[in-house]
Amino acid sequence: MMVLLLIIAFDELKTDYKNPIDQCNTLNPTVEKVKKIKRVKIALKLVLPEYLIHFFFCVMFFCAAEWLTLCLNLPLLAYHVWRYMSRPVMSCPGLYDPTTIMNADILAFCQKEGWCKLAFYLLSFFYYLYGMIYVLVSS
Amino acid sequence: MSSPGFTNLNSSVSYSQNSTPNGGAAPPFQNGPAQTYQSMYPPTGCYGAPPQQQSYPTIPAHSTPAPHKAPITNSAHSANYYQSNHQQQQHHHQLPQHHVAPSQYSAPSSSVPPSQPHPTLHSSVPPPSNAQYNQQQHPPYATPGSYYGQQSYHSQQQQQQQQPNLVPAPAGGPGAPLYPIVSYPSAPGSSQYGTLSSSQSTSAPGVPPTQMGAPLHQYSTSRPAPTTAVQPGYSVAPTSQLGPTVNGQGSTVHQHYDQSHQASLSYDSYGRVTHSSGGADADRPPSGTPSTSVHSSPGHHQGVQYGYVANSGASSASATTSGPAAAPLSSSSEDDDDDEEEDEEAGGDTSSSSTGSASPVPNSYDSLEGGNYPDSMPPSNDMTNQAAPYGSYGYPSMEPAYQQGPASHTDSSPSHDLYSQSSYQQYSQPFPNLSQLSAALGGLSGVPELEVEALRPVNLLQERNLLPPRPLEAPEPNLSPDLKKVNCSPHTFRCTLTSIPQTQALLNKARLPLGLLLHPFRDLQQLPVITSNTIVRCRSCRTYINPFVTFLDQRRWKCNLCYRVNDVPDEFMYNPVTRSYGEPHKRPEVQNSTVEFIASSDYMLRPPQPAAYLFVLDVSHNAVEAGYLKYFCELLLDNLDKLPGDTRTRVGFLTFDNTIHFYNLQEGLSQPQMLVVSDIDDVFIPSHDSLMVNLKESKELVKDLLTSLPAMFSQSRETHSALGPALQAAFKLMSPTGGRVTVFQTQLPTLGAGALQSREDPNQRSSTKGVQHLGPATDFYKKLALDCSGQQIGVDLFLLSSQYADLASLSCISKYSAGSIFYYPSFHYIHNPAQLEKFQRDLERYFTRKIGFEAVMRIRCTKGLSIHTFHGNFFVRSTDLLSLANVNPDSAFAVQMSIEDSLADSSLACFQAALLYTSSKGKRRIRVHTLCLPVVNQLSDVYAGADVQAVTCLLANMAIDRSISSSLSDARDALVNAVVDLVSAYKSNVSNLQQSGLVVPAAMRLFPVYILSLLKQKALRTGTSTRLDERVFAMCEFKTQPLQQLMRMVHPDLYRLDNMSDQGALHLNDTVVPQPHLLHLSAERLSRDGAFLMDCGYVFYLWIGKCCSEVFIRDVLGCPNYASIPPNMSHIPELETPLSERVRAFLDWLQDNRAFSSMIHIVKDDASAKATFFQHLVEDRSESASSYYEFLQHIQQQMSK
Repeated sequence: MMVLLLIIAFDELKTDYKNPIDQCNTLNPTVEKVKKIKRVKIALKLVLPEYLIHFFFCVMFFCAAEWLTLCLNLPLLAYHVWRYMSRPVMSCPGLYDPTTIMNADILAFCQKEGWCKLAFYLLSFFYYLYGMIYVLVSS
Repeated sequence: MSSPGFTNLNSSVSYSQNSTPNGGAAPPFQNGPAQTYQSMYPPTGCYGAPPQQQSYPTIPAHSTPAPHKAPITNSAHSANYYQSNHQQQQHHHQLPQHHVAPSQYSAPSSSVPPSQPHPTLHSSVPPPSNAQYNQQQHPPYATPGSYYGQQSYHSQQQQQQQQPNLVPAPAGGPGAPLYPIVSYPSAPGSSQYGTLSSSQSTSAPGVPPTQMGAPLHQYSTSRPAPTTAVQPGYSVAPTSQLGPTVNGQGSTVHQHYDQSHQASLSYDSYGRVTHSSGGADADRPPSGTPSTSVHSSPGHHQGVQYGYVANSGASSASATTSGPAAAPLSSSSEDDDDDEEEDEEAGGDTSSSSTGSASPVPNSYDSLEGGNYPDSMPPSNDMTNQAAPYGSYGYPSMEPAYQQGPASHTDSSPSHDLYSQSSYQQYSQPFPNLSQLSAALGGLSGVPELEVEALRPVNLLQERNLLPPRPLEAPEPNLSPDLKKVNCSPHTFRCTLTSIPQTQALLNKARLPLGLLLHPFRDLQQLPVITSNTIVRCRSCRTYINPFVTFLDQRRWKCNLCYRVNDVPDEFMYNPVTRSYGEPHKRPEVQNSTVEFIASSDYMLRPPQPAAYLFVLDVSHNAVEAGYLKYFCELLLDNLDKLPGDTRTRVGFLTFDNTIHFYNLQEGLSQPQMLVVSDIDDVFIPSHDSLMVNLKESKELVKDLLTSLPAMFSQSRETHSALGPALQAAFKLMSPTGGRVTVFQTQLPTLGAGALQSREDPNQRSSTKGVQHLGPATDFYKKLALDCSGQQIGVDLFLLSSQYADLASLSCISKYSAGSIFYYPSFHYIHNPAQLEKFQRDLERYFTRKIGFEAVMRIRCTKGLSIHTFHGNFFVRSTDLLSLANVNPDSAFAVQMSIEDSLADSSLACFQAALLYTSSKGKRRIRVHTLCLPVVNQLSDVYAGADVQAVTCLLANMAIDRSISSSLSDARDALVNAVVDLVSAYKSNVSNLQQSGLVVPAAMRLFPVYILSLLKQKALRTGTSTRLDERVFAMCEFKTQPLQQLMRMVHPDLYRLDNMSDQGALHLNDTVVPQPHLLHLSAERLSRDGAFLMDCGYVFYLWIGKCCSEVFIRDVLGCPNYASIPPNMSHIPELETPLSERVRAFLDWLQDNRAFSSMIHIVKDDASAKATFFQHLVEDRSESASSYYEFLQHIQQQMSK
């Protein structure tokens, strides 16, 4: 079960960080535009699954009575809830507003957030791995 | 895009003049021979100010003694100026020639008419300046001298006569800038040395090496002037008035000729539009300005200023346009040469004229360009002009705090000390590094002196007269004359810091925002249009070739943004202007920083779209009540042929209440067919090809429809409004082509998608706590706008609502689709004629203004700089790319920048904005603007180059963002903190003064006033009852209005009209445009016996005091006396009196070059409309906001924390 967890978690973090900045100097504005819009859309689509999966983990940890792990994850869960509550006015689920995502401050914040989460997920991945091996060995 | 594989070398490079249709609309003023009004207006009228100078609110306090009134009289000022100028010069130079006993000056100044033209000087100017040059041991500079002579000449004849070897000192116009011509013209190539050494030579004599040292002396000497000279000046006034005019006329012709010659040689610049009123006429496109300087009689200060502006404009802005329309560019090759000569001269001029000393406005062109000794003057200005006012006016009793102020002012010595002290430190550093820079560049002229004025520390608590006599000009970047002359016009492209700090650390230290203010699609009078097969661009960063690239040799050029070396394509070797081969640097692209390319098919994603206009009209009961439909239809009928477009132009109409009505206008029908779609939950288009029709083919049907439309719905009882579905229908209708959707809405949308609820709580309107609901209630409009943007549809919104209509939500439809927003609160066609008139004027402009479709704008900047945030109406598609479905000439953009890497390895920073759009004629065009600015590594240089207006506008934009994302009070705090930060940063880093008080660099001395005005704007104010919609609209305006318009809205210009004199007047064509002085926005500046004009950008208020002279009321307003002025008067009758003509000439001049014509409201002193007038007096305390003085005290408190 742990393995499954970590695979998904890993997948999650991979998808979590995506840079919507188009650094390349594409010659053709259309290509660029399409890319851009796709990226924003991807960003919009990925946020919610990530939150849901994380929430699911937390529930699983709760069920498995993994209190320590749960404690480690609770702050992030709380952050997710807060983040989603304070998202911009939107009719559809999502977090990022395509009109403001290009604002340097917001973009920098999102990137930083992505890196932090990446680090957190990576650490928890090894922690889960360690836990899994420990369980396997001890059983 | 222009891919390298382009092998078509068949260089059919045609270079044509594009006169922009809108821009060309107003050519009324030609530079005809000057006709002055000298005799038409009795001298007493001009000079003899009405005896009662009571400041407005103070009923009892200020019956001023006569002598003190002098400040208003121009003659007094000019008299004073002479003295001060000369003394300054002397002190600066410490040169024997210049040493003329002060007494000599003072005496003649009052007795001799200030302006005796000196015709010979005109042509043979050099002597004076030469003398000077020689002293400076710069023999090579002799040539430029002639230029100076000519220039300075206008200003300074009197001294010339008396002191032939003096470089003329400017004659004084009231408070207008002086140009102490201390000329150190830079030799064209190696200017830095010249200036450098010249400045050193100044310091050599051991007088406090800084130019600032001068003021000290000056004060001591000139101090008597105000008191003594004022009275004489007053009495002498008539003569001095006559002098200028008579003589002026004599010399005018001559000068005029000369000047216009010059003018026609130099390319016209739209940079000067503000000054010239009509520049577009074909014969003399350079527009009035150059010659205006000529016409204005020499003694007049203003003339001088304009002269300079003109010239510097011509030199700096020649970039933008090319020769007179009459002289096609192909022929301008000669002009080119001449032009260059001129530029050298101009270059010299700039460095020599220097000084903006004259102008207390550090931001005027001259002050920034040139260089020297500037700071000495302004104090003199202040003193001579303004010391007296302090004494006489005092502060109104309403603000007791002020009362202490005047004391220190009248005894102005403290401030003098200030200047002199502070000056010493500042000026040592810039020299070396600037010269380094310039040496490295080979082009930068180190003209450090100019910064002296901009850096002069101003103690805000003591200096009260901060406003320049004329509206502020953009500061000129400290560049070499060569670069300056080609640099982009400040009206198009402006940077908050005209000297870019080298590192982000330095920028942070300065506590000023770095950003650009762009007005890219502005109406230009002339614009070089280039048709070329290959558009030369950098291969790595895609920058368009521009005047600031360097040609390494004939075949290679180095990009100025990324420093890549590129090849010059063969085609580019041929110069269509000179018809010569092998001169790539003479190509128009390299000669102009604003050019327009006709783009090839590489720049198209699809065939250029036709112009397509869809009008979405609200016809619910509410709309019928408001009655806008009739006026809309009438205006559209009138302007149907003026809609920009070609034979492919398509139009469509759509009306809605609770259902949506389409109109089939298919050619061949006998009359328009109305198709009603009542299913608003799932909108569909009833017929696809007949709703958007070709305007040309179906014109009769369109006219039919427009005539019958108002009657059709006159009986409508339907109160609901299905705006959302109507917009969806419009989107579907327009998707295939893209184009412009114009929406008229009169109430809150209540049906279907996008329905909104009223969110405003009227009781909270004047709450001092946060304001809620500044953001959208739903993202329906935003999403729809993004869809529209994707399909190249721009949505413009006209909201004519008397009730709350949730503009915060509705505006999203325009914000993200690059549209524009118009709001007419309480619109009613009978009850609110003012709004109706504004609506009509706006609509007329709206129908006829240029439009660009399917546009994108990319902003590139030198490596190391990056774009932080955009402000305006658009969708940001990438970090540097804006998607603009429509682009219109009235909207502007702001860009915040940050410095990512140190710019140490370059001495110039460049910005390029490229706007790719489809014109209404179906041509794909690229308009490219390039701005070049110096990079500096000293904090003092950063401050010297700060553009206070641009900073204010950028901060306003940031504050709006903050108030939406965070809260209004946050935004207000941030603005106040901006001032606090600036003052403390300046105090700790630049000025080493250990003194109390609020000290800011002179370049930023208006900053606190502007910030205070911002805080009192509808958008940001608290405590005053403000409807939510109006607040939101004001915020939208902040985001989209061009800088000048915005500044007039934020800080209106106040003039006194009843005692306008011809002194310093502009002579345009055969009209005399008087130039009254700007007044501070405070009730103390008003007086009951005056008439004051307030220019708020979109509206003028003419305030008539209770005791206003009957002559003025009769001659200008056509009413026998004050009591008979009608309460809602909103026009100035065309009377044949000289006074009326003058007032109207001034008004027309102000109106000129404004996109939307402004209305004028006559406000009587006792009328209830008074409140609207007085709310603009931002320096006074209002019911909920502090006065300027209190604001300063607040800042001081914050600092000491």
